[in-house]
Amino acid sequence: MSKVKPSFWGLGLAALAVFPLIVTNPTYTSIGVFALLFMACATSWNMFSGYSGYVSLGSAIFYGCGAYTMALVSTHVHMAGGAAQFWLVPLGGLVAMVVAVPVGAIALRVRRHTFVVITIALFFVFQLLAINASFTGGAAGISLPLIPWLFNYYNLPFYYVALGMVIFATVLSALVRRSRFGLQLLAIRDDEDRALGLGVRVTAVKLTGFTMSAFTIGMAGALYAMFIGQIYPQFVFEPNFDITVALMAFLGGFGTLLGPLLGGLILESSQQYLTLSFSNGSLYLILFGVLFLLVILFMPQGIVPAVSKWWVGRGEKRARESQAGTAVSTASTMKANPTVDHAPAGAKP
Amino acid sequence: MNSSALIHAILDGVLTGSVYALMATGLTLIFGVMNIINVAQGILVILGAYLSYSLSVHFGIDLFVGLIITIPTLFVVGIVVERFFMARLKGPERTSMSILVTYAISLIIEGALNMIYSINIVQLNAWYVNRSFRIFGIYLPYIYLFGFILAVVLLASLYVMLYRTRFGASVRASLADQVSAALVGINVKRVSTICFGLGVAVTAAGGMVYGATNAFNASTSYDLISRLLTIIVLGGMGSLGGALLAAILMVTLGDVVAVVWSPIWSSPTFFLVLVVVLSLRPQGLFGKQSARVA
Repeated sequence: MSKVKPSFWGLGLAALAVFPLIVTNPTYTSIGVFALLFMACATSWNMFSGYSGYVSLGSAIFYGCGAYTMALVSTHVHMAGGAAQFWLVPLGGLVAMVVAVPVGAIALRVRRHTFVVITIALFFVFQLLAINASFTGGAAGISLPLIPWLFNYYNLPFYYVALGMVIFATVLSALVRRSRFGLQLLAIRDDEDRALGLGVRVTAVKLTGFTMSAFTIGMAGALYAMFIGQIYPQFVFEPNFDITVALMAFLGGFGTLLGPLLGGLILESSQQYLTLSFSNGSLYLILFGVLFLLVILFMPQGIVPAVSKWWVGRGEKRARESQAGTAVSTASTMKANPTVDHAPAGAKP
Repeated sequence: MNSSALIHAILDGVLTGSVYALMATGLTLIFGVMNIINVAQGILVILGAYLSYSLSVHFGIDLFVGLIITIPTLFVVGIVVERFFMARLKGPERTSMSILVTYAISLIIEGALNMIYSINIVQLNAWYVNRSFRIFGIYLPYIYLFGFILAVVLLASLYVMLYRTRFGASVRASLADQVSAALVGINVKRVSTICFGLGVAVTAAGGMVYGATNAFNASTSYDLISRLLTIIVLGGMGSLGGALLAAILMVTLGDVVAVVWSPIWSSPTFFLVLVVVLSLRPQGLFGKQSARVA
């Protein structure tokens, strides 16, 4: 994993924290809320899929469960719309985790390629259940209690709760990455059979990781439902969500810590911006698809590994040049072995 | 519930199931040979349906005659997609990347189809779509029979090609083991390209029958691709016979549930069967149990 200086993290966090204070236009702060939600989701997704190599395309299951928890509980207990609803956000995460256990137990019975397809199939089971079951309000969706906040400040509490969620997801992901458990996940990604042979309890490790990653995604879904105030099964159980979250992690850097954050920030803000500027949905689909293709084809490793590779390469080159200036003899010996692979461990999948 | 409704459901399931089998065979062939999951298969089916639609509405070409044009067109589309996008994917995350790339392609096609044809739902039309024949005391439009025959003929020719020709032997060798196939002198790259083309070409025929038996627009592809993926996982990914059997089984089951219970539960049953089967047989009905999957 490429090392990013602590000062950089501090700077990034400070920038995110002051953003809504400087840019007060609600249009942009709401883009900020969405971007933060997706950054949290992508980071959490990456904590399981990025580390273990098991690409899940069913994360909308957890997002939807979180959103429905928020919507159903707040309407059934006749909550007054307002700050008290934020207490339901962690509950949404917990419900998502509970759902993740059987989902993971079924989907993780198979290896990677089939796992991808099964998560898609399970996602559709949940979408159909949300549309057809009686307690979900069906295709008409659910209206949440109205929150009586002033329009100009409406986004702010959501923004900071979402920011807290991003910090939580990032810290959790970093802790997992450094723990024995995280190493076991990485071992599964590199060679599952060997990991099994070395005594890693692969099934338990995978299921734990899968369940853990559901928590933040469920919380994000709950916050989303509260923010929007009205949910429909097709919009919270959305196939695009599954793919977008995965794409964010791939764009930023699959399996890196910073990657999903960058990917979420870039992709979600540009997506929101495109949606706002192009009312024509079809044109938007085409543009998004093209953007999507370009990213995957020209940056298959993602931004973080590509940039850190370039950065390391630059440092090497500079060192070589300065060395060549002082001692010509060493330059010739270096030439004999010009290409040393300095790909950072994070770039090596 | 009466018995004629049940017969209707079973008959309908077997007849349309064969068309699903054709579409799923393309998908499983691509996966088996190239380890690529082509999630654009759903929108390609719809593209095939729209091509037939344009040919019949604007040029008055019969749906079945139009296949002479649409099948090669989609074959070329497949070859182009493989050459430009799939061949560039490398590395251990290749399969996951292939899902993202084909998904991006399907978004682009979906946007383009929405722009060209609008999102209004259409259905293909011909005399055999409107007229019915009588069998076992029930009436079915001719298109069900013709579509079934078409699917059987195409599947049979695909099987003859795979099991009776030299090219088929190299495809099966690549299905079994790419590295060994390359070692005995098979041009796996060329085989992959042609397989991708073939896998996409079958969507022209599948799309035509689908469009004649269902009303569709571009967003119908989501339902379609989820069903096709379920079918190939159930049959065992990469297994051609498995895809065939799973398709007929699943579509029939869905139809029977719709009649016996309610159409609402037809799709959930479809997916729940998958979940149950996979809990008992993770590799699918006919999947090979891979001892070592890196």
